[in-house]
Amino acid sequence: MDKMLNVALPTGRLGEKVYGMFEAAGFECPSIKENNRKLIFENPEKGVRYFWVKPSDVAIYVERGAADVGVAGKDILLEYRPEIYELLDLKIGKCRMAVAAKSDFRDDPNRTLKVATKFSNIALDYYTSLGRDIDVIHLNGSIEIAPILGLSDVIVDIVETGTTLKENKLEVIETIVPISARLIANKAGFKFKNAMIQAVMNGLAKQTEESK
Amino acid sequence: MDRYDNVLNSDEKAAFGLRDLYRSYGYRPYKMSKFEEYDLYVRNKDFLVSDNVITFTDTNGRLMALKPDVTLSIIKNGKDAAGTVEKVYYNENVYRISKGTHSYKEIMQVGLECIGDVDDYRILEVLTLAAESLKQISDESVLDLSHLGIVSEVLEASGLSDGGKKEVLTFLGEKNLHGAMEICEKEGVCGEFSDAIKTLITTYGDPRTVLPVLRSMGIGKKSLAQLESLVLALTEGGIDTVRIDFSVINDMRYYNGIVFRGFVKGIPTGILSGGQYDKMMKKLGRKSRAIGFAVYLDLLQQLQNSEEYDVDTVLLYDDTDTPSQIAAALKTLQKTGTVTALRNPPSLKYKSLITVKEAANLG
Repeated sequence: MDKMLNVALPTGRLGEKVYGMFEAAGFECPSIKENNRKLIFENPEKGVRYFWVKPSDVAIYVERGAADVGVAGKDILLEYRPEIYELLDLKIGKCRMAVAAKSDFRDDPNRTLKVATKFSNIALDYYTSLGRDIDVIHLNGSIEIAPILGLSDVIVDIVETGTTLKENKLEVIETIVPISARLIANKAGFKFKNAMIQAVMNGLAKQTEESK
Repeated sequence: MDRYDNVLNSDEKAAFGLRDLYRSYGYRPYKMSKFEEYDLYVRNKDFLVSDNVITFTDTNGRLMALKPDVTLSIIKNGKDAAGTVEKVYYNENVYRISKGTHSYKEIMQVGLECIGDVDDYRILEVLTLAAESLKQISDESVLDLSHLGIVSEVLEASGLSDGGKKEVLTFLGEKNLHGAMEICEKEGVCGEFSDAIKTLITTYGDPRTVLPVLRSMGIGKKSLAQLESLVLALTEGGIDTVRIDFSVINDMRYYNGIVFRGFVKGIPTGILSGGQYDKMMKKLGRKSRAIGFAVYLDLLQQLQNSEEYDVDTVLLYDDTDTPSQIAAALKTLQKTGTVTALRNPPSLKYKSLITVKEAANLG
């Protein structure tokens, strides 16, 4: 088990795309394409083992060494600040972290701004950098309805196409940071499986260069 | 110590081994009180791994803290004397917030400090001891070495703004090339220096391959020469676990020169951390130079295999066995391993089960 490179992939469409990139880099694992409910797949010939985990958990698996490398969104890395190496921007899963509000929203700097978000640390960092006092309301989903119901003044959330915002009569008022999927590595794993991690990195980097 | 091999945990065994190693190099044990005035930590908050400290008010009204760190106490309590070197090692518990659980934890830490006229030989000695410490803990270890002199010269030469430097330094720690290049582009850093930053982030590994790349960079020549001579001396001393890695970036407000971090296979985070902290000494009003490191022994639990059995033998007795017969049978069986005498069949895990009468027949 020890010699294999353990790779944590995020479940969902992004994960499938990421696996495609690993395959093109020469680290294929045909069994992963079988239609079953297994979560762990390995190809001993290539020395690689993949497992599907919840996207927000990838960084935890990597930080704690259960996975040597993984692919996580920059949003998760900014929010949880795991102790890992961020080796490559895969330039897929692109979206942005943004502040959105009702179209008639007027910012009153005399008042503490109420911000509803799933990403409390990102929101705090952003408003601290502006010197703005905020009241963070941590929500776990359906963030968009918070301003509509008067729970918050604005929301800080991931915006991909903006359709959900539009349907809820919200609009982006500020982009905080662009987001995309990143290749991350465990710090100790990087030392002890360096040759293989470098090979994965080079194989993936080639593809991101080509897609430029 | 062989006699106690089965009794000691991996962290206890390591602590004994490391103390013996440091003693053999002439380091003296340093014992200190569990408490220190809180003021010391408030003034040097950023030097600590975590700035949360357990405090209490002493009977005389002074605000005290349970030590979150050992180095600060050693610096504070030492005296400068020209031409001398104070070499001490410690084995202490410190109290910090654990990152995973966000609650306070008692952490067993072994380490050493070398304070005084620290020359290149002293640095070599401390690096050797760091590498040897890791080897004692595991057959597979890596000592990552960096030189903050090289890093700061590259950053100074790049012309980055203070904010830009801080961000690039964070990216260097994350090996985040794309992030650093974005800042360089934004701040218009010229090709030569953005290439140097790229070199620092991407070069990692065996000094034999990394050093020529660093030489070709042409920046930080004096620091690089020091790094090269230390690496050469370590190799000549039979240490082959050194890797060059500029992602080791201890806080540059306190550390300078050589900094390092140690990893062993099976533990996901660094288990040893250290470096030269002349800047910290100056901040605390000391004139001497200093270098040291700490080994985080609490992490060793992760290497320890859990035992398969609770006890080797269960000795079953009933009303027909006298206490002296049970005691005699137990004593005989103890020669072969751990034994527990029970009246009823146990729920614990054991290798063999034997009655007192069967044991008497064996004896």
